[in-house]
Amino acid sequence: MTQTSKSKTRSVAAIGEPPSKPAARTFLFMTFSIAALLAQDGVTNGAIYALLALALVLVFTVTRVIFIPSGEFVTYGTLTLAALQLGKPPGTVGLLAGLALIAGTMECYTAARQRDWRRFPRRLALYLVLPLAIAVVVYAVAPLSLAFPIQILLTLVIVTALGPLLYRVAYQPLAEASVLVLLIVSVAAHFSLLGLGLWFFGAEGSRTPPFTDATFHVGDITVSGQSVLVLLSSLILIGALYLFFERTLYGKALRATAINRVGARLVGISPSLAGSLTFVLAALLGAFSGVLIGPITTIYYDSGFLISLKGFVGAIIGGLSSYPLAAAGSVLVGLLESFSSFWASAFKEVIVFTLIIPVLLWRSLTTHHHEEEE
Amino acid sequence: MNPRAAVLLVLGTALLLAPVAAPPFWVTLLNYIGLYSIVSLGLVLLTGVAGQTSFGQAAFVGLGAYTTAYLSLNHPAISPWVNLPIGVALTSVVALFLGFITLRMKGHYLPLATIAWGISLYYIFGNLEFLGGHTGLAGIPALSFFGIEMRSERHFYYLIWTIVLASLWATRNLLDSRPGRAVRALKGALEMAEAFGVDAGRLKIVIFVYAALLACISGWLYAHLQRFVNPTPFGPIQGIEYLFMAVVGGAGSVWGAVVGATVITLLKQVLQDWLPRLLGRDGNFEVVVFGILMILLLQRTRDGVWPWLARAVPQRKPLPVSKATTLPKRSRGNEGVLLVVERARKQFGGLVAVSDLSFELYRGEILGLIGPNGAGKSTMFNLISGALPLTSGTIAFEGRSTGNRQPFQIARLGICRTFQHVKLIPAMSVLDNVALGAYLRGSSGVTRAALRLDRREEAMTLAEAAIQIERVGLNEHLHAAVGSLSLGKQRIVEIARALAADPCLLLLDEPAAGLRYLEKQELAALLRSLREEGMTILLVEHDMDFVMGLTDRLVVMDFGEMLAQGLPGEIQKNPVVLEAYLGGV
Repeated sequence: MTQTSKSKTRSVAAIGEPPSKPAARTFLFMTFSIAALLAQDGVTNGAIYALLALALVLVFTVTRVIFIPSGEFVTYGTLTLAALQLGKPPGTVGLLAGLALIAGTMECYTAARQRDWRRFPRRLALYLVLPLAIAVVVYAVAPLSLAFPIQILLTLVIVTALGPLLYRVAYQPLAEASVLVLLIVSVAAHFSLLGLGLWFFGAEGSRTPPFTDATFHVGDITVSGQSVLVLLSSLILIGALYLFFERTLYGKALRATAINRVGARLVGISPSLAGSLTFVLAALLGAFSGVLIGPITTIYYDSGFLISLKGFVGAIIGGLSSYPLAAAGSVLVGLLESFSSFWASAFKEVIVFTLIIPVLLWRSLTTHHHEEEE
Repeated sequence: MNPRAAVLLVLGTALLLAPVAAPPFWVTLLNYIGLYSIVSLGLVLLTGVAGQTSFGQAAFVGLGAYTTAYLSLNHPAISPWVNLPIGVALTSVVALFLGFITLRMKGHYLPLATIAWGISLYYIFGNLEFLGGHTGLAGIPALSFFGIEMRSERHFYYLIWTIVLASLWATRNLLDSRPGRAVRALKGALEMAEAFGVDAGRLKIVIFVYAALLACISGWLYAHLQRFVNPTPFGPIQGIEYLFMAVVGGAGSVWGAVVGATVITLLKQVLQDWLPRLLGRDGNFEVVVFGILMILLLQRTRDGVWPWLARAVPQRKPLPVSKATTLPKRSRGNEGVLLVVERARKQFGGLVAVSDLSFELYRGEILGLIGPNGAGKSTMFNLISGALPLTSGTIAFEGRSTGNRQPFQIARLGICRTFQHVKLIPAMSVLDNVALGAYLRGSSGVTRAALRLDRREEAMTLAEAAIQIERVGLNEHLHAAVGSLSLGKQRIVEIARALAADPCLLLLDEPAAGLRYLEKQELAALLRSLREEGMTILLVEHDMDFVMGLTDRLVVMDFGEMLAQGLPGEIQKNPVVLEAYLGGV
């Protein structure tokens, strides 16, 4: 509102830009092949929103944090990969090292104050040594011209490692605060990460090369290999998460925490462990989405907010608690977005964000809630 | 002069002289602080006090700004001062609609829904041709005030801060009133508020509109101050930032809004000025540092800056309560049946919590409802008070069915209750908590309260509350925060609150739990004297000595069914009851 808010102005302006997608605006009439193209577009984007929706549901249920910075994990994913493509060490390496040092200091301080050094070595290894090691390795190997899959792997590792550190530094000291305070912390973290994103990657957008140039023809319809790959990898990741939650002890511990925090604590599940683990998964999902969306859309340092908001919309449709519904909701958002960009491009966002209100209304009228716990 | 007056005098003088003494740059800054304060004030009420998180306030600011911008440019004959009520009317309509559809949402749905319509409105502003699209509308005329054109920032300063102070005054008044107590109950004690006749759904919408109107007024000022509008300052980020200000300032108090707006605006300014100099380069570092500072701040003080500052300002002593005039009492009949429960049934899925229970309650008696744990006593209780809907059967109070009435409608019939798990507003004084009980005996609404036209009624309400507090023997705690009392005393406060409602039927859910022996005796004496006055009491209680000595009749429940009913002496000898309680003799 004032001249004091340059950054904000810039970030909102970018939200308004239409993403460059092959939406066929020049055609006036919907034909079957256009519809198929739009549907393909919608489902592809929807799959990415679904990953974000899952991350948001997960974080909210386990930690009560509404994870606004998830969008930054997406942009960091794409832009880290783009930097590695150019053979430059990405700025996220510095952030990783910095956060690790802060988290390490915090661990020292906590241990010294509580005079409890038993778990200290393990925590220091997790919060300080491991991230620093990752940072050093990536910094060292970045200039070598690495193979594309290795670049992707490094990207996922760096960005994922940021998640638990963010939790340790920003959220863990406030773990018992109200949802509103946690939300405000999320917004503050979003601002900081956004500003850092501009510093690390500059104001220009980046697009990463497609994973494949292959196309398939099914009758009249052209299906791009890229879309198939996005869909497949999203499905694989969702499947892996399912197995994690159903079959592993850590997964079950997280589910228990999500259902009843106090109860989980009483049976010995540490809330800070659950929080960190959740943020590992959320960061991984964000980074993965970033890698997937990179070849589809040009990503700017501030594109994440709107992308994650659409993930939110998907998650809300799922009621912030059901994973399959959240995924279905996200695909719906993707479809809605791609079809409305055909008919009323300027009002695309209006349509996407307004149409969720009836959905929300329906959900809040049909689901039973307990009074808020504040 | 007392220290509080001194602090206020210094601040007031500074505020008055600022535009004359300070350089223009600071005046500009103060103007923006004022504009932001007005919006965050609405959020203090809506989010901080009532617990309804909204990210969409910026959109209402936009409605106010765009309305006056459009009208001034296209209908220059209309004075901008007339555009304000037009903007207010338009915003009211939009807020009513959005409030109606979004405030039904609970928990985390609400903030997300507000983001959604906030973004929608933002894109609508940016895509409508007649609103200038993303480039906006320029050349909005300046305001004039009795022929003086307010072109300078200094002129505007006085207008803005007059409005800030007026809205602070109105909002403070509102919080300190009949509707204010109900608003404070919306967060965390909704069920209790409804049990005392608060139509929570309606009240939420009213304060939502109130907050939207404050935002709209801020937008109107903004448009004529900047004399240019575009969609950017009304977008989702700014909407989030308003909430930021309220939380950082301290969302529990009206002053938190001003403190938050000041802290955030100044901090951003300082960072923008100093960081490039410190780091020797340009960039977006102020956002980074800003975010980090906010996180640190909240980690140090979760309730925001204001509570911390408030310790430095001496607080006003609570005024003594005059008990001269109190609210009129209702007349109670003293003969015949008051409440008839007929084949009342409540099922939760396959579980039958109350199974076809029938009993009557006569005027002026104390009826005890007893039974082992899990017998369905509290469920029966909630059926009578309307907190739970009946599966089948009827409950009639004074011949009128309560079946399809909401809890607040049942409260209006003259039924009042206490809760098994104490439901009070911990931060509010005993006096205010009890005064909330008298909600239905007053009629002042938000407007009257905000303009302080409710003082006569308010004095009578507080007098009534003070009398009830004295009656239950908590006089010494009149102004103490209720959360600081022991659990036993809190139960007694609940009874005083129910008495302040002047009910025909008093429902007490385990009132003696947590009381010491002497306190129990005092409570029993109190309930007896209420019976003398013609009050009818239904009591759920586990303490058998207490129940047997006090009640006129007993209804015994087990597994949702009626086991026996009769005089206390009969029940004590009833073999079926003994078996249920002691597992067979």
